[in-house]
Amino acid sequence: MSDILSMSRRDFLKSGAVAGAGLILGFSLPAAAQQPGKKRMPYYPNAFLHIGRDNAVTVFVNKSEMGQGVYTAIPMLIAEELDCDWGKVRAVPAPVAEIYANPMSGKQMTGGSTSVRTEWERMRKVGAAARSMLVSAAAKRAGVAPSSCRTSGGKVILPGGKSIEYGAVAEAAALLPVPPEPVLKAPSSFTLLGKPLRRLDTPVKVNGSALFGIDTKLPGLLVALVARGPVYGGTVRSFDATKARAVPGVVAVVKIDTGVAVVAKGYWAAKRGRDVLEIDWDDGARAGLSTGKMRTAYAVLSKSPGTIARNDGGAEAALAASPNRVNAQYDLPYLAHADLEPLNCTVDLRRDSCEIWAGTQGQTLCRDLAASLTGLPPEKVKVHTTYLGGGFGRRGNPHQDFVTMAVQVAREIRKPVKVIWTREDDMRGGYYRPLWHARMSGGFDEKGRVIAWRHRIVGQSIMKGTFNEKSRIKNGVDLSSVEGAQQVPYEIPNLLVDLHSPEPGMPVQWWRSVGHSHTGFEVESFIDELAQVAGKDPYQFRRGLLSNHPRHLGVLDLAARKAGWGEKLPGGRGRGIAVFESYGSYVCQVADVTLKPDGRVRVDRVVCAVDCGMTVNPSIIEAQMQGGIVFGLSAALYGAITLENGRVQQDNFNDYPVLRMDEMPKVEVHIVESREKPGGIGETAVPPIAPAVTNAIFAATGRRVRQLPIYNIEPGSFNVILNA
Amino acid sequence: MIPIKVNGKAYELDVPADMPLLWVIRDELGLTGTKYGCGSALCGACTVHVDGRAVRSCVTPVSAVAGKEVVTIEGLSSPGMHPVQQAWIEEDVPQCGYCQPGQIMSAVALLAVNPHPSDADIEQAMAGNICRCGTYQRIKGAIHRAAGKVAAEPGRPAGRKP
Ligand code: FES
Ligand code: FES
Repeated sequence: MSDILSMSRRDFLKSGAVAGAGLILGFSLPAAAQQPGKKRMPYYPNAFLHIGRDNAVTVFVNKSEMGQGVYTAIPMLIAEELDCDWGKVRAVPAPVAEIYANPMSGKQMTGGSTSVRTEWERMRKVGAAARSMLVSAAAKRAGVAPSSCRTSGGKVILPGGKSIEYGAVAEAAALLPVPPEPVLKAPSSFTLLGKPLRRLDTPVKVNGSALFGIDTKLPGLLVALVARGPVYGGTVRSFDATKARAVPGVVAVVKIDTGVAVVAKGYWAAKRGRDVLEIDWDDGARAGLSTGKMRTAYAVLSKSPGTIARNDGGAEAALAASPNRVNAQYDLPYLAHADLEPLNCTVDLRRDSCEIWAGTQGQTLCRDLAASLTGLPPEKVKVHTTYLGGGFGRRGNPHQDFVTMAVQVAREIRKPVKVIWTREDDMRGGYYRPLWHARMSGGFDEKGRVIAWRHRIVGQSIMKGTFNEKSRIKNGVDLSSVEGAQQVPYEIPNLLVDLHSPEPGMPVQWWRSVGHSHTGFEVESFIDELAQVAGKDPYQFRRGLLSNHPRHLGVLDLAARKAGWGEKLPGGRGRGIAVFESYGSYVCQVADVTLKPDGRVRVDRVVCAVDCGMTVNPSIIEAQMQGGIVFGLSAALYGAITLENGRVQQDNFNDYPVLRMDEMPKVEVHIVESREKPGGIGETAVPPIAPAVTNAIFAATGRRVRQLPIYNIEPGSFNVILNA
Repeated sequence: MIPIKVNGKAYELDVPADMPLLWVIRDELGLTGTKYGCGSALCGACTVHVDGRAVRSCVTPVSAVAGKEVVTIEGLSSPGMHPVQQAWIEEDVPQCGYCQPGQIMSAVALLAVNPHPSDADIEQAMAGNICRCGTYQRIKGAIHRAAGKVAAEPGRPAGRKP
């Protein structure tokens, strides 16, 4: 452990992240004492926190800031217990080291809406331990008992009212033992947590000085664009770089595993060079893929039983015996993440070291991969985490494909190089939310009660072949494929969820809310269909099946009340509801839509109720709800990556549209007061929005949308149906 | 040699005439506040001002701005914070932040000609700027907050229609 700590210290000091004269709390000490036989998360105040003589508080954040507000939330957790002056707190990215690993994956990684959930206690302990050490140091200096002191605003207040600033005793405090079990505040005495503080990263993000990966500057830095085949995974048979090399500014053209890189003095020269590169491609195994054919094949597959993910009672028998059965099939397309900052990565590879600048969600993966590609030991690879211009899972790619590509180019040219993906590269170059098909059946008994529910899912596993395979694929079921379906909360005695995992070989991965991004649509559409068949109000019908699910009921009731559920709407308008749990948080959304004369719909308003347990920062929660709704709505209305002859048909935001300002519904966010432990917040607004909107379309038109996107780009599109 | 003026500073650049202003700003001048998002005038991340008007620098050849005044996000905030940036801070708009320089440049250009825009005016003027993180509601709030506070930029007095 001491190795790791001293490495971190060297890194901190070298990185210039903190002033040299300052002091990293507790650094000379061994790691916090572990109590034998008691498994708990270790905490290391020294690695996460620095207090300078000038009272500046620097928090080394072990998570990537991709918009979700983690550079504010983590410091808030520490500052709450530290009792420091919030105005003196700043966040800097942590280097890669074991102590920064996400306890859920064992890797330094940001994803799965885990940051606050996993760090809620550990970071508060960091703050509390530091506070206790500062109090001890100040008490010793003043010759009073530590118990007679209190703290406030970055000062130790002595009996009698005199005070000592933290900075004045930080060095002395660092020599004291780290308390193994610092006492945490009771939530009732929180002064920062639960307050809508402004984000720490806002000022740099409004003046243009925030540095994203694409903004990395190094002396002599070159820029490379990589030409890849029209079919994912295609390989280069031969290429002619004569014309490319003749473009002024182009300095090298090199072949790497996935294609041919044009290296130049800047982006424009690299782009011009790549445009005139002549390559003969071997399209490889995916050349026959077409999403139309895939959908048909998946639908056929869904007729036969899959691997069981949940089986309560006897759903098949209950369905067979039911006098009133309902069936529906749902289709969801491949989706691109389309982070606004296209993928990129900068590498400076030397003989005995490798430095990487990347907006990555997976620092450990990034480091280990660079080590294996270069043959360097992992400790010789340094990862600088920049701001991420969007993540949504893409930058946590399990294979860190964008890093691999850059390291491979660097290996060829041995000069500092930044590999930039164009928007088109980013759209066509792989890693998508899988295409999904679901076949659902429900059965009522004679009294009209729902007695059976069968949810069969077809889609490619995203965990297979990744570091998550062992933990996320159980008994042949990729848990991420069925998440949200397996945990369906509706109280139905006979319930079956099964899964087919075909292997079309597409590059697929997690996409904001992962499996919930399809199961949310399927479950919340189908329950609405059952309500319709039962002749019940969709809100009341859900209530009736959730009597033992108080947190679902809480958000359901809150959203319904705030939205004015039940009031009569003028013609051409509809209101829909959906409720969904993911990442330990509960979200209900009520969407209002208006039919437009062109046969399209406008989403006017979304009322969103969220119960995410205890809150860190309600302003960030509100922003994440708004953002998740926009993200989910973009996909619901427009999002689809389609394939023809293995070629992705989309290029840019013209044919992969995302929601714009003029389509933004009015979003109202209501947060449930809760003392439950914190749930995730970055992804949890996404799953309910598509079904809330399609259920609203049903309310307005009497037509069910069972295929996303709503404005389907393929024949039989919804807007055509609407006009029919 | 192409003469251009960026944030009040004059440059003579030896670059191809068709090189997009975006890459001149980022790669030649090293001003990285202006972002690349699509390269095709679809996202607005690269928005800068040319003689006070918002333009997409990714599709503007550098030769087209020869002799004109270009202002980037860096020029907007110096010295001090522009009222629109201040409003952005007060509304705590950014999430990932990548689109925000472009959003702010579009908003400033809007407010310069329409000091008190309606919701519909804002929606129309800002529809060319994508925010993948979905900060639209706060952007709208920030523009309303900054209403009436935007002064003229060189070449384009406030309040005059395009
Ligand atoms: S980069 Fe210019 S509009 Fe997108
Ligand atoms: S804040 Fe991330 S794209 Fe707008």
